[in-house]
Amino acid sequence: MTTSTQKHEEPGSMSSVSPTRAPHSDVHRGHKPGRGRVGGGLFDPKQLVRSFPDAVAKLDPRVMIKSPVMFVVLTGSVLTTVFALMDPTDWFGWAIAAWLWLTTVFANLAEAVAEGRGKAQADTLRRARTDTVARRLSGATEERLPGTGLHIGDLVVCEAGDIIPGDGDVVDGVASVDESAVTGESAPVIRESGGDRSAVTGGTRVLSDRIVIKITAKPGETFIDRMIKLVEGAARQKTPNEIALNILLASLTIVFLLAVVTLQPFAVHAGREQPVIVLIALLVCLIPTTIGALLSAIGIAGMDRLVQRNVLAMSGRAVEAAGDVSTLLLDKTGTVTLGNRRAAEFVPVEGVSEAELADAAQLSSLADETPEGRSVVVLAKERYRLRERDQGELVHAEWVAFTAQSRMSGVDVDGCRVRKGAAGSVLAWVRERGGPVAEDAAAAADAISGAGGTPLLVAVEDDLGARVLGVIHLKDVVKEGMRERFDELRRMGIRTVMITGDNPLTARAIADEAGVDDYLAEATPEDKMALIKREQAGGKLVAMTGDGTNDAPALAQADVGVAMNTGTSAAKEAGNMVDLDSDPTKLIEVVEIGKQLLITRGALTTFSIANDVAKYFAIIPAMFAVVHPGLEKLNVMALSSPQSAILSAVVFNALIIVALVPLALRGVRYRPTGADRMLRRNLGIYGLGGLIAPFAGIKIIDLLISLIPGIG
Amino acid sequence: MSPLLAAVLQLLALVAALALTYRPLGDHMARVYSSTRHLRVEKWMYKAVGADPGTGMRWPAYLRGVLAFSAAGVLFLYLLQRLQGGLPGSLGFSSIDPDQAFNTAASFVANTNWQSYYGEQAMGHVVQTGGLAVQNFVSAAVGIAVAIALVRGFAHSRNGELGNFWADLVRGVVRILLPMSVIGAVVLVACGAIQNFAGIHEVGQFSGGTQQWNGGAVASQEVIKELGTNGGGYFNANSAHPFENPTPFSNLFEIFLILVIPFALTRTFGRMTGSLRQGHAILATMGTIWIGFTALMMWTEFHHGGPALDLAGGAMEGKETRFGVGGSSIFAVATTLTSTGAVNSFHSSFTGFGGGITMLGMQLGEIAPGGVGSGLYGMLIMAVVAVFIAGLMVGRTPEYLGKKIGTREIKLAACYILITPALVLCFTAASTALPTPADSMTNSGAHGFSEILYAFTSGANNNGSAFAGLNADTQWFNTTIGLAMLLGRFLPMVFVLALAGSLAGQRPVPATAGTLRTEKPLFTGLLVGTIMIIAGLTYFPALALGPLAEGLA
Repeated sequence: MTTSTQKHEEPGSMSSVSPTRAPHSDVHRGHKPGRGRVGGGLFDPKQLVRSFPDAVAKLDPRVMIKSPVMFVVLTGSVLTTVFALMDPTDWFGWAIAAWLWLTTVFANLAEAVAEGRGKAQADTLRRARTDTVARRLSGATEERLPGTGLHIGDLVVCEAGDIIPGDGDVVDGVASVDESAVTGESAPVIRESGGDRSAVTGGTRVLSDRIVIKITAKPGETFIDRMIKLVEGAARQKTPNEIALNILLASLTIVFLLAVVTLQPFAVHAGREQPVIVLIALLVCLIPTTIGALLSAIGIAGMDRLVQRNVLAMSGRAVEAAGDVSTLLLDKTGTVTLGNRRAAEFVPVEGVSEAELADAAQLSSLADETPEGRSVVVLAKERYRLRERDQGELVHAEWVAFTAQSRMSGVDVDGCRVRKGAAGSVLAWVRERGGPVAEDAAAAADAISGAGGTPLLVAVEDDLGARVLGVIHLKDVVKEGMRERFDELRRMGIRTVMITGDNPLTARAIADEAGVDDYLAEATPEDKMALIKREQAGGKLVAMTGDGTNDAPALAQADVGVAMNTGTSAAKEAGNMVDLDSDPTKLIEVVEIGKQLLITRGALTTFSIANDVAKYFAIIPAMFAVVHPGLEKLNVMALSSPQSAILSAVVFNALIIVALVPLALRGVRYRPTGADRMLRRNLGIYGLGGLIAPFAGIKIIDLLISLIPGIG
Repeated sequence: MSPLLAAVLQLLALVAALALTYRPLGDHMARVYSSTRHLRVEKWMYKAVGADPGTGMRWPAYLRGVLAFSAAGVLFLYLLQRLQGGLPGSLGFSSIDPDQAFNTAASFVANTNWQSYYGEQAMGHVVQTGGLAVQNFVSAAVGIAVAIALVRGFAHSRNGELGNFWADLVRGVVRILLPMSVIGAVVLVACGAIQNFAGIHEVGQFSGGTQQWNGGAVASQEVIKELGTNGGGYFNANSAHPFENPTPFSNLFEIFLILVIPFALTRTFGRMTGSLRQGHAILATMGTIWIGFTALMMWTEFHHGGPALDLAGGAMEGKETRFGVGGSSIFAVATTLTSTGAVNSFHSSFTGFGGGITMLGMQLGEIAPGGVGSGLYGMLIMAVVAVFIAGLMVGRTPEYLGKKIGTREIKLAACYILITPALVLCFTAASTALPTPADSMTNSGAHGFSEILYAFTSGANNNGSAFAGLNADTQWFNTTIGLAMLLGRFLPMVFVLALAGSLAGQRPVPATAGTLRTEKPLFTGLLVGTIMIIAGLTYFPALALGPLAEGLA
């Protein structure tokens, strides 16, 4: 680790998982989706106006045919226009034709607005992908060529100030890299050869040092290129559920087409042949235009909500699968617990006061830069008000830094040696110096291990000889609010499994404290893979996060695999989502977004179909009350005239699309509850609401129309 | 006792009888279709057709069995009628014309029993008992078999197998329909229904002149007519005829026979899928619609205004005095909400709304409780659609009984729900638009339109009842209704079996707290709503020009 990067890190936030970001800084944000930077669905009415030209441009029949429902409306618009032209003095024909065109345009508008939001993001990304010059190594010589001329396997050099020309892995050197172009995060990250932090993204900038990169992606297929395509919606394919819904909507359209087409012979038989314009108006009102118009906007907006949370879904299928997830695999570190173990208490041996132990512990930990070591200093300060001493304060002190080999840290000062470290190492150190075997310290250490914690021993050698002073209890600190979060997930029907390399004892203690449903202790990548396969064999969908190369097979196997952006390119390749913030907690939000997407689709479908009831009550009496006066009793809304009734239904049908655009883009409000409550609530709002709302809406429009002089 | 109170008591007795038989019959049927043992008589039959009852069939094989068996049935029945003139035991009746023979053959094989002939004036013992009654058994057994195949689709995991069609067919007849028919026939005979092979009697009328009375194996045909939701009467007057349905008790018993298997099949469904509560939810949905329709029918038939009606105690026109408004209303709803089509009163003479209720009952797809087998599979298809629309609102891609409702499943369900509306609306439109078919109507205006709408609704939904008033024995109606019956019966079966195959190939998803609970009352309400809205929206314009225009006038 170079010094230039260390200053960017907050003390105490060093995490082995995401070296550049303090994972817990996101916890609170995660609690309230839709607030702060992840604003989700703020909708600006001006977007409607801005997207209008795009919406008109989408009137191409070749584009419209993709949505069978809207294609029928387009055909209807053309036909009514033709009929209006044949009888140009009839205001009614023109009015219907105009509103049918508006219906079509409004549907396109929804999609255009949804896409527009992605375009802005894409433009920002494009700016990052400026034409770069690559310095390619061939043997010992270096040649300059445009970044677009690179091939997979080329080695390129980047030095401070250079823009990395393409995606690749660092094969030599260490550097700090500014990835803000991709992640929006200004704090630089470390990229080094080997290990799990070797991946670099094209378009990011090297801030310090020199690295050699092996290119792993073809120009045009880099991460940034894929991101641009994704946020622009160009790479969007219909998801399985969307296709299924489209089929259902198409079949409903056919049913209504049959109902309306066969109505003409019935009408003739009844002695009341209907103008074709009226039949088209009836058809457009009946077919599920509301959901047909908003369906693709809902899908785009769902992806967009993920992008706003800095998660890139490589396919819409993955977002949908996220809603179905029934098992979440969560890495303990960084997700369930704060990055590292922390000192929780000091347990002195007999004859030593806690304050004495705390003092010695603090002193011996000053030279320990590991998060555990720092946490001892913090605990001593918080619990015993021991001021943090600076290493420079003690002049003749000789510092013993913590190393993986010695597993101890400490200080030698004024003939007194203080050591703190792993139980075995410290006991050996005391024994070497002829100190007694501390029975009660060993017992305390065992007790701590038994409770799932980690004991650190503190020993001193002074005039009285070498002896153990006591034990520091290190334990994992569960992130605040995680228990509530897991309770929510349980109510949603999602089982959480904590994955950890800890021993089963430690794992269970943390699992109990955090409230996860299950844990996998001493987990190897193979264990993880086996667990996923086991769950999937039971028909469950599994979501997980991962960052290392050894996570890649599991990420690929999982139904939803969220790779951390800090991870290796193998991991990013294997997962179907990438979290640019590298925040493993976000998996929970991803699941919620997936669910919200599905709910929004279902709610608007239900609403759309329920709407038809009122439209029948408006249009059927208007068509046939002349020959069957009894049918006038169905005119429960007391609409002023037959023409006004039909026009009102058409106008309502068009306006409801615009009215629901914000809902489609924002998504239906989602609260994590059980299926029953959610269904009751949504059925109440969108089912019953869908039945009632159009009665009121059509009546109001009819009142307004009847005020127009010369009509009604 | 007022007629209304009597009607309510009859309804309560009916519900009690159905409740008593629900468990034993439902469980019995589940055992029949899950058993691995074969009766000796069954083994003979398997040998005769060369089938191995032990092999599991995938859906195409199962479908081939259904279609081949039914095609053979149509052909046999057609030839039997065409050759009647030369057959012994035909009471001297001549052969049936080609168009009517086709219509009748299609009708009985499709479990519809639409009759464009007068039974007592056209069909002898051989055709009635050797042809029509046989189809009454086997067409019902085919319906149950297809429903059981769909149930197995939900119950099976990843093997794609739906059971063996020949075993299901034979068992349905031998172990369910035959034993129940024997008991039922005895009861009907005890009530006074006739059962003989007597010839035609000339009987003097009170008003002078003579009348011809046929004998026949009536009770035995009557019982399977109701039990198998067939509906084809021995006599033209169907269950209004005193030889078929002599007393108010026999009337109630016949209604019970109509409803008993379709309701109990929900128990079988629950048993075989391992969740009785899922079966109860389907039962509740069917029961809610059935009770609701019956209540509406009684309300409109008892309270229809007018001096003559007040004197008669309700809309008595076209109803038998021995059944009254109550017994007729309950029967009419039961027969049109199932695919039975037997009638004990003339639906054409019901009030405008009453006629509309019988039509809407069929237009729902006859699923509450529906025909034997066809009611269950029709309802399960609607459940799939309801789960798909509303199931999304719990934030998961839809699943029913642990099986995902994906693109293929919804495609098949959508095709299923498209068929009957397409047949009904297109044929009705053609019949009103073409010059000659309209000559068959005896009424003009809304009522005349209802006659045609009813005919095709009844045919395409395999009900078989007629609105009366329409002369259906014309080449046009014999052919079109015949086609509507065949397509309305077998096309849906294609999609049901394909769906069953698709479901059987899936691995079930375990239920969690996030899963839509399809065994809860909320889902029952949702399912009722989906059924009413989808059928209502499809047929509202047509109904508005027929029964609604009449009822609101």
